[in-house]
Amino acid sequence: MKRYSAFAIAREAMRDHSGWKRAWEKAQPKARYDVIIIGAGGHGLATAYYLGKNFGITNVAVLEKGWLGGGNTGRNTTIIRSNYLQDPSAAIYEKARSLYETLSQDLNYNIMFSPRGVIMLAQTEHEVRGYKRTAQANALQGVTTEFISPERVKEIVPIIRLDGPRYPVLGGLWQERGGTARHDAVAWGYARACSAMGMDIIQQCEVTGIKSENGKVVGVQTSKGDIGCSKLGIVVAGHSGVMADKAGFRLPIESVALQALVSEPIKPCMDVVVMANTVHGYMSQSDKGEMVIGGGADGYNNYTQRGSFHHIEETVRALVETFPMISRLKMLRQWGGIVDMTGDRSPIISPTPLDGCFINCGWGTGGFKAIPGSGWAMAELMARGQHGPLSAEFGLDRFRQGRFVDESVAAGVAH
Amino acid sequence: MLILTCPYCGVTSEETEFHGGGEAHLKREGPGSDDQAFEGYLFHRENPYGVHFERWRHVYGCGKWFHAARDTQTLEVFGTYSAQVTTPPEDLLAVIRDKRPGWQWRDLA
Repeated sequence: MKRYSAFAIAREAMRDHSGWKRAWEKAQPKARYDVIIIGAGGHGLATAYYLGKNFGITNVAVLEKGWLGGGNTGRNTTIIRSNYLQDPSAAIYEKARSLYETLSQDLNYNIMFSPRGVIMLAQTEHEVRGYKRTAQANALQGVTTEFISPERVKEIVPIIRLDGPRYPVLGGLWQERGGTARHDAVAWGYARACSAMGMDIIQQCEVTGIKSENGKVVGVQTSKGDIGCSKLGIVVAGHSGVMADKAGFRLPIESVALQALVSEPIKPCMDVVVMANTVHGYMSQSDKGEMVIGGGADGYNNYTQRGSFHHIEETVRALVETFPMISRLKMLRQWGGIVDMTGDRSPIISPTPLDGCFINCGWGTGGFKAIPGSGWAMAELMARGQHGPLSAEFGLDRFRQGRFVDESVAAGVAH
Repeated sequence: MLILTCPYCGVTSEETEFHGGGEAHLKREGPGSDDQAFEGYLFHRENPYGVHFERWRHVYGCGKWFHAARDTQTLEVFGTYSAQVTTPPEDLLAVIRDKRPGWQWRDLA
């Protein structure tokens, strides 16, 4: 891999930019790998990257049905925060957030991490109490958050309307070190770094079956032929249930469509991320000037990457009452992604009933922020065959044992 | 936008008049069931890529619960039926088999 640097730009400028290479090599599958990861989204690529970086395992293939980062990694609203209530959640999301801070340097790829700050608005007395509690919990967890007054909210977000028609702003949970990053670049950066370590990233390679012998995984059947492996990681988000079915076990997961949309670009008007969970919408401004908007998930099982139209209306209505100045904005694009919801709204990073097969799923509506931490924990689990401290509480067995990591109240509404 | 017909009051309406209630025909577990059975009943879901049987409630109408058969991939609604049954009606299964050749219903036992 040729390193990207100011010197490289100068060198290429001298020769008409003829020396840039592909960011990652186009690969054809070999007969066998030590580890196969299904799913070349952020979480799958991060898993592969930390397998190589932290454990020296580089005989790895990452298989992708579509194109790299074309699922939820390229469809989210790029929010990064770690202000969760429960200790295990705070630990893994804060690990991810701290890795994001230096990820551009680590990967030698600009992921445009922008720690601009995230405000979650408190618009009911219940929310005020809830977020004050979260701020206290975060203090104990070593995550810097603060409960701020409405006046301070207005100072940070001048375009906000504090006395909305339905719910006044009573305060906010402020995480100054949260923010956004370029979602595609996260996938591309990890892919480039994996490729540089000699891993094969194989796109348009659909896994059609999972092969096992005596209860142990031995390989996968794909649209590009059979591939053998010693260990298999399933990191496919919304389609986790489909893969689990092929591997012969069931998951506590339901898949639904979650939508996002962006407006036409306007001049800079808001330099933080604002989440309004009671009226249900969240918004930030991209570097291009588009307002990036997310809202509600569909209320029924769904694999169509579209989402129901009435959710757009609900989301936009919520945001217009919170930010009246956006009422004349035109919306440019809308899309949906399939999110994998667990009952306690916490992820699953776990061994499975099939020996040698591991699964990382259940990130639901908020996986992007967790990508580096999720990959870190999954790589540790796959390399050692047992949980590390980050993933210990996120095993599949927690459902049978009643050990939920309940984030459904604190974070289930919006991510 | 889904369009559903309530089998009780006969009203055909958009999904905003209804509320989804998740997978249908779950086998309820009770005293004497082991942890594994409870785990399956409470948490494990078919979550199929294709034909799905589910519960809906006509919240902004007659208020009744009912069942629907729907494709999660295309959003096609095959039909709705009474909540007072533990398996989908045969005529509906025939419609689905006709539209989705090779489709088999899971073993509900």
